[in-house]
Amino acid sequence: MNDEFWQWDYFWEVFPTVVGDGLLITLQATVYGSIIAYVLGLVFALLRRSPIRVVSTVTWAIIEFIRSTPLLVQIFFLFFVFPDFGIRFDALTTGVIALGLHYATYAAEVYRAGIEAVPVGQWEAATALSLPRARTWRAVILPQAIPRVLPALGNYTISMLKETPLLLVIGVTDIAGAAFQQGSAAFRYVEPITIAGILFLVLSYSASLLVRWLERRVGTVH
Amino acid sequence: MIRFEDVVKRFGDHVVLDGLNFTVAPGEFVTLIGPSGSGKTTILRLLMTLEQVSSGTIHVGDECLSHVRRGEKLVPADEKHQRQVRKRIGMVFQQFNLFPNMKVLQNLTEAPIRALGLSRAEAEERAHELLELVGLSDKVNAHPTQLSGGQQQRVAIARALAMRPDVLLLDEVTSALDPELVAGVLALLKDIANTTDITFLCVTHEMGFARDVSDRVMMFDNGHVLEDAPPDKLFSEPDHQRTRDFLSAVLERG
Repeated sequence: MNDEFWQWDYFWEVFPTVVGDGLLITLQATVYGSIIAYVLGLVFALLRRSPIRVVSTVTWAIIEFIRSTPLLVQIFFLFFVFPDFGIRFDALTTGVIALGLHYATYAAEVYRAGIEAVPVGQWEAATALSLPRARTWRAVILPQAIPRVLPALGNYTISMLKETPLLLVIGVTDIAGAAFQQGSAAFRYVEPITIAGILFLVLSYSASLLVRWLERRVGTVH
Repeated sequence: MIRFEDVVKRFGDHVVLDGLNFTVAPGEFVTLIGPSGSGKTTILRLLMTLEQVSSGTIHVGDECLSHVRRGEKLVPADEKHQRQVRKRIGMVFQQFNLFPNMKVLQNLTEAPIRALGLSRAEAEERAHELLELVGLSDKVNAHPTQLSGGQQQRVAIARALAMRPDVLLLDEVTSALDPELVAGVLALLKDIANTTDITFLCVTHEMGFARDVSDRVMMFDNGHVLEDAPPDKLFSEPDHQRTRDFLSAVLERG
């Protein structure tokens, strides 16, 4: 019986463990990572447009550096190098920061496109009305830019979801990690890995339905 | 009220305004006409600080908009100084440029609250008065996208007036409107011009309107004032053949 390729008994036996151990971690990493990416990405996008040359150039350099290096290397770096400087987080927090930082650079690009899509006449009207600069951003530009970019940001959250297994390298067991652990405990991998696959499919497909709904709501499909 | 002295504006190698001099007295309604590309709109944009002069100075009231005196020298004004001076100036745009994310009421109250420091109650009271003036009291809670072009432009006029400007700049305000909506907007502007002491600087192709409301009309050509005269004179017996050609071309098209 052990030679069988697929065992339903075993499938149902490990299902609760994979879900229980992994799902929450995957969701935490994705949700917290996205929040960091959305907020930090906006900060990057605004600093990038700073009239102070040094600020915009340094921001550009940081964004390009992060975007051009692999996420995996960044995860290692944060986890193994930061403690040397006395910065120490638990593995999940480190992973969330790495995901958030990495995707913030993509989010910055998305925000940039959204900001540039606001007609120049809006800036001119704000100038003609002597609206303070900060208020122009907060009340006029961003409320028009952000709704349009929500679908694009949502797509990056889906990508991030699918990259959470990388956190396994620093000992964070997400869905995929839990499946591996289960598999190596019993020397049977097919069922737990399949479970992981199904869970990712369900999560990212439902997230993509949400994104499509958002696209319809904001009226732009890219 | 407005004084241009030797104003030059270049975009790259292209000279748009070439040593321009003119003044506008307080309360005057001055219309700028001329072929497109002759620099009329640039004059409004310089006053609104949407563009900066290449050389020369612009005064608004007794303050210099373009420069500040530092010791003996005039240096280009910084953003803070310009913001201070341009609070006296309002502008109505060809494309209205209402804030689509705000309701009509907030379009009118946003700047008075944030830039002039009015209380919300004061700003809203002012907004309601102005909406009544432009005939849109019932649209106070509408979004700009729900309004017709003519209605949007009336709201934009009210929004500019909410800042209680000394000077109002009108940049081809009816060019983007459907023909049947033009007359209403022009009548509104005429009414405002006749009942306030606001100084108007108006760029338009509506020659009938220009003739009707202007105290003075300036004909522009290639960055110069070609002719500067009361409307009756300029439209009936212009001094220059160039003006005559331009007027007949515009009238034929209209």
